[in-house]
Amino acid sequence: MALDRWIAFFVLLVCLAYGYTAFFTMDASLPPIMRRAAVWPSSFPKVLAVLSILLSLALLFGLESSPEKNKAEDINLAKLHEYKFGQALILIGLMLIYAFALRPLGFLASTFLFLTIGSYVLGERRYVLMVAVSAIAAGFVWYLVDVVLGIFLVPLPAFMMGG
Amino acid sequence: MIEGLLAGLSTAFSFTNIMMVVGGCLIGTFIGMLPGLGPMSIIAIMIPIAITIGDPSSALILLAGVYYGAVFGGSTSSILINAPGVASTVATSFDGYPMARKGMAGKALTTAAIASFAGGTIGALLLMVFAPALASVALLFHSAEYFALMVVGLSAIAAFAGTGQVTKALLMTVLGLMMATVGEGVLFNAPRFTMGIMDLQSGFGFITLAMAMFALPEAIYLILDPKRSKTGDGGSGKISNLRISKEEAKKIAPVIGRQSIQGFFIGVLPGAGATIASFLGYAVERNIAPKEEQEEFGKGAIKGIAAPESANNAASTGSFVPLLTLGIPGSGTTAILLGALIALNVSPGPRLMVDEPQIFWAVIISMYLGNLVLLMLNLPLIPYIAKVLTVPRNYLIPFVLFFTLMGAYIGQNNATELLILVGFGVIATILRFADFPLAPLLIGFILGPLLENNFSRAVQLYDGMGFIWDRPVTLALLVLAVVLVVLPSYRARRARARAEGVADGD
Repeated sequence: MALDRWIAFFVLLVCLAYGYTAFFTMDASLPPIMRRAAVWPSSFPKVLAVLSILLSLALLFGLESSPEKNKAEDINLAKLHEYKFGQALILIGLMLIYAFALRPLGFLASTFLFLTIGSYVLGERRYVLMVAVSAIAAGFVWYLVDVVLGIFLVPLPAFMMGG
Repeated sequence: MIEGLLAGLSTAFSFTNIMMVVGGCLIGTFIGMLPGLGPMSIIAIMIPIAITIGDPSSALILLAGVYYGAVFGGSTSSILINAPGVASTVATSFDGYPMARKGMAGKALTTAAIASFAGGTIGALLLMVFAPALASVALLFHSAEYFALMVVGLSAIAAFAGTGQVTKALLMTVLGLMMATVGEGVLFNAPRFTMGIMDLQSGFGFITLAMAMFALPEAIYLILDPKRSKTGDGGSGKISNLRISKEEAKKIAPVIGRQSIQGFFIGVLPGAGATIASFLGYAVERNIAPKEEQEEFGKGAIKGIAAPESANNAASTGSFVPLLTLGIPGSGTTAILLGALIALNVSPGPRLMVDEPQIFWAVIISMYLGNLVLLMLNLPLIPYIAKVLTVPRNYLIPFVLFFTLMGAYIGQNNATELLILVGFGVIATILRFADFPLAPLLIGFILGPLLENNFSRAVQLYDGMGFIWDRPVTLALLVLAVVLVVLPSYRARRARARAEGVADGD
């Protein structure tokens, strides 16, 4: 329940910022000719801002009762301590690193490293298999995307591609 | 209608498109079988590939094939290892898994395949009849009615989102609409809400958002909870005896007939969809079964597989009706398909059948083909395809993560997109923890521009909000939307009041 309210609170902040932009700052840059129109770029966002603020307030103050949860199967907060947060965080970090490394390191190297480190973090210890699978996958996907689908992907690290 | 049918036949029966159906069904079955990966994630992953194909008919045929395959794959994993990859096949596991434990996995799979085939085929027949009729009515609609209709659709989706709290679903829908206003709109060529970031000029990428809302949270859940990916506990290996006897066929035939029709109409309703259809189908069939058969439900009754399987396939087909005729998706999956269509420069709606009949009919024909492929090709291959269940999660998860990254990157060719993907993916995971439904957000995001355009056009025509009370149909639709949203919470309140009253009386 507490998480619900925190989320509602953050959403409310976002909606307030959105609403502030829609109501006060956005129309300033509107050319005079468009001010005569019945509908402005800010009209629809204004409606949305009001709606979203009302809804997040309703959630924040718990106006609607929450239903009883009986989903033992699904993930829930009661079992929070059983979950592998460390692994999840490392993998999310790995995805961010991948995003930054893709251009400078090239597709092949960064993908290979991502898949290898990813499966290592998850507990894989068969090194040869791990390396082989990652290498084949990186090569195969590059072939598929670049050669078959015709979308350019930088294959090699920047220093090897030449200037 | 005949002309359109012929045009569709010639489009669908080209070599490429048949390969698309076959390939799509196979890929869908493969991935759909993996626990935790539902059709929405799979379609989201496949969209970049479909878009690069370029031809809208082929792309849609491929995606429809993937969708069917995924639903079928989901039933396979619910039968074999009691791990439904898809919500709509949860009901299948009630009787499917007990049957598999009794050593009748083959029989259960055949029943599921036949029921799916019949459900999908009957659904496609009904779609052929109802879609053109609905489209001809929809052609009379103006922008004001369109606006109202989308509001109804969005409210229905929020009301039936299934987590029990309408406020949450509504808030998610509005957030989706808000995200759609980021970037340059169609009507006003001025950037809005970009916070000065150049990469937001063209708005959030739809594929990125779809991945972030569905595929990424699923993958993160799989990491968090190893029990979620129950793979390889003896699922494969001993699938034999795929045949069902004549008696059993007689038993399930009426069930399949009833549930296909019921499922289709549930699927047509926005927000209801395959999951509700399958549970309702199961419940109805259990209630009308003779006394001695009722006992068997839940312990491996063949009817208990036939009912949800035909219902969920018919409903999946039914959900194409509002998508193709009104351009309004009724479920997360059809919303993703709508996004793909828009990316391919096709605008679904009543004009689709007039302007580009070959797309509409090619999709319908591909539905028949898809069902046929599933029955003839996939069923015999199931023992081999089931081997995929033994892929260890140590490899599965990095690959799923990698494919979501790839999908977002291919779409925009821009590394910022990957950061947006991860950011929204983490937010989406937190939202799912707190039971905020994510499908309404994506549907709102996809419908946002359409909703705003129709709203703006109506306001412009009537020089103000007058269109709401000047056009009775619009007013009626908007009232319906309010009723849809208010009714569930009102009924819940009344039920609680009554329950408290009883407690007092004790």
